[in-house]
Amino acid sequence: MTSETKKEPWARHKKLEKNVALLGVLAFAAVTVGGIIEIAPLFWIDNTIEKVDGMRPYTPLEQAGRDIYVREGCYNCHSQMIRPFRDEVERYGHYSLAAESMYDHPFQWGSKRTGPDLARVGLKYSDEWHVQHLNNPQQVVPESVMPQYAFLARNDLAIGDPAARLTALYRVGVPYTATDIKQAEADLKAQADPQADSADLQKRYPKSQVRDFDGQPDRLTEMDALVAYLQMLGTLVDVNAPAAQEDLAKEKGR
Amino acid sequence: MESLVARAGWWLAALLFAVFMFANAQDTGFAVHMAIFALAALAGLVIALRGTDYKLAAAGRMPVADQSRYDDGLIRAGVILTTFWGCVGFLVGLFIALQLAFPVLNLGFEYTTFGRLRPLHTSAVIFAFGGTALIATSFYIVQRTCRARLAFPALARFVFWGYQLFIVLAATGYVLGVTQGKEYAEPEWYVDLWLTLVWVAYLVVFVGTIIKRTEPHIYVANWFFLSFILTVAMLHLVNNANLPVSPFGSLSYPLWAGVQGALVQWWYGHNAVGFFLTAGFLAMMYYFVPKQAERPIYSYRLSIVHFWSLIFLYIWAGPHHLHYTALPDWAQTLGMVFSVMLWMPSWGGMINGLMTLNGAWDKVRTDPIIRMMVMSIAFYGMSTFEGPMMSIKSVNSLSHYTDWTIGHVHSGALGWNGMITFSAIYYLAPRLWNRERMYSLRMINWHFWLATIGIVFYAASMWVAGVTQGLMWREYGADNYLVNSFAETVAALHPMYLARAFGGILYLSGALIMAFNVWQTIAGNLRREEPLRQAAYDAQADRPLVAVPAE
Repeated sequence: MTSETKKEPWARHKKLEKNVALLGVLAFAAVTVGGIIEIAPLFWIDNTIEKVDGMRPYTPLEQAGRDIYVREGCYNCHSQMIRPFRDEVERYGHYSLAAESMYDHPFQWGSKRTGPDLARVGLKYSDEWHVQHLNNPQQVVPESVMPQYAFLARNDLAIGDPAARLTALYRVGVPYTATDIKQAEADLKAQADPQADSADLQKRYPKSQVRDFDGQPDRLTEMDALVAYLQMLGTLVDVNAPAAQEDLAKEKGR
Repeated sequence: MESLVARAGWWLAALLFAVFMFANAQDTGFAVHMAIFALAALAGLVIALRGTDYKLAAAGRMPVADQSRYDDGLIRAGVILTTFWGCVGFLVGLFIALQLAFPVLNLGFEYTTFGRLRPLHTSAVIFAFGGTALIATSFYIVQRTCRARLAFPALARFVFWGYQLFIVLAATGYVLGVTQGKEYAEPEWYVDLWLTLVWVAYLVVFVGTIIKRTEPHIYVANWFFLSFILTVAMLHLVNNANLPVSPFGSLSYPLWAGVQGALVQWWYGHNAVGFFLTAGFLAMMYYFVPKQAERPIYSYRLSIVHFWSLIFLYIWAGPHHLHYTALPDWAQTLGMVFSVMLWMPSWGGMINGLMTLNGAWDKVRTDPIIRMMVMSIAFYGMSTFEGPMMSIKSVNSLSHYTDWTIGHVHSGALGWNGMITFSAIYYLAPRLWNRERMYSLRMINWHFWLATIGIVFYAASMWVAGVTQGLMWREYGADNYLVNSFAETVAALHPMYLARAFGGILYLSGALIMAFNVWQTIAGNLRREEPLRQAAYDAQADRPLVAVPAE
């Protein structure tokens, strides 16, 4: 307060208040910084995604089931991301690894558990259990508040051209081979048909489960696809194998 | 006349294109959507052709709008549609709340499951109710604070009605199972492209109006609107970078997978909150609170500090949605630190809003609109304290995946966004239709109390539900085994879900009263009612004292 010629504080901000281009450019610059610093490194820091054995792209039937999972908005109530806490690991299994969702377009980690986590639900229940539970959850779990999905067993699996889906996924980065894409339709049908010759399918997609999933062997329904997807969740990476445990123990600074 | 022909030609081309896409559609959802596009183009064509006075046009004299008045037609439509979408969104919210209490309400149809209706609810309240309110109020405020009519009036109409078309496409898509499967970014690729067009036009109209302003300064509300429009454009484009399986089908796959997909999504999701539901609504606060209180904004400097720090910090906070997940630790911690810092600019905004009432605090007692604004800012302050607290990793380990998150979102959405929008509607309706006041001020008071008590029920029940859930999941017995099965934790929440639904009923009733009040105001009626406050007056006592002789 000594000099009378003291400049008005914040006078320089007035320049911005009179120039919408300058204001817009600076406001946009301010909002880009955080995203660039947080997101961009995830694409080039090597240990963002662990190197684990067993990860493979989804089979056409599993992917069709996954598309139904997305379509029905299962992520609104089920997470697929087990956190590294004692209670979660005992309830759901080994905590989730980034690698396990590396082929997930879109990711389905979820944000709410109105129902339990599904990251490792595969092979925990029988196919019959899943079909009955999806048809009428309250019949199997009386306390459940899950909607009834009986229509899945009524709807034939009509997904147009499965090869087109695999091609689109290949273009966004999933390593399907040319054979995978060419065989997509045959693979889709063979996986739900115990009579079909599935040796080639199982060679290209290790650990893929081949059987009739929905209890209607003569039909290929949406229920087949969804149960095939649920039954493979969390089954690809053997997280408890000694080699995997050793690798995870060495993991630092993720 | 040429411009009319050109316009009709554009509509016809759009119609033919939509019909072509419809004819080639590969799935039901896509076919329905292309039919909606075609109907919209047909409506545009009919309006363009029938809305023209051909005698005047032939004489070369097209009617020109009165340049001495603001361009308010769209804002009137905006007030009506905001009220409408609000009621729809709250109703769907109440229904899905009841579904969680009584699963039989899923009705067994594929179109009515919780999984499909929940995105309908979130989009109806955020994008339909909130978005329409933002577009309408931004068009109102930018004209007043710039002392200029809207730039590009035809483009402004495209923005407003194009956005409504986006809402209809998104809403019908969810019910039909057309979704990208990412929260708050569910609309599929072609709906996203449409929104991109609308949004660029929005930016052009908004900035165009600022450029033709006659006031020397750009008012602070417009800074917030500008950063809201720019940032939402960036978020929308990056998070919806999808590759369609076929140009004639609704299904698409995002470019980003797994861990990168998760962070991109929550960078988007958190800043949908930060810029759509915060920056945009702060702009409403910066205009309507001073106007209704008839006081200037408390602090100019605080506005500057608050604006720049808010927009800079918000964008970093996304990773707090991914605590303890497979996202690298450094990103989680960075997100937490910035989320905690975000508390300060948020409260800076709250203080600037509340202190604007300095010298007008008595109006909280007498003016129900001011009361609503104060409650809204108070809820803003509360939820922007709760948010940073929940982003601390140790708190989040309990609260994440539970109903606490749902409660937190709703104290912000119902309290802050809802209440500031309601008060803006109450401010705008009498002015836009040239009425003396709202039809009934007492009904505003009823709305205020129904909404406030509704939020209390909602937030309190969800806090209890969230903490119960979190603690039951991690409860160990003396035998070192988990005590509760998952199903037991679901059963335990039933009473809280009922209390939440009751809160929803109260909140919805308040909104329905508002809808009636707005309707009557537009119709030109004034309810004869006691004013809210009058000093006591007793006619019997209002007399001179006359001496009475003793007996």
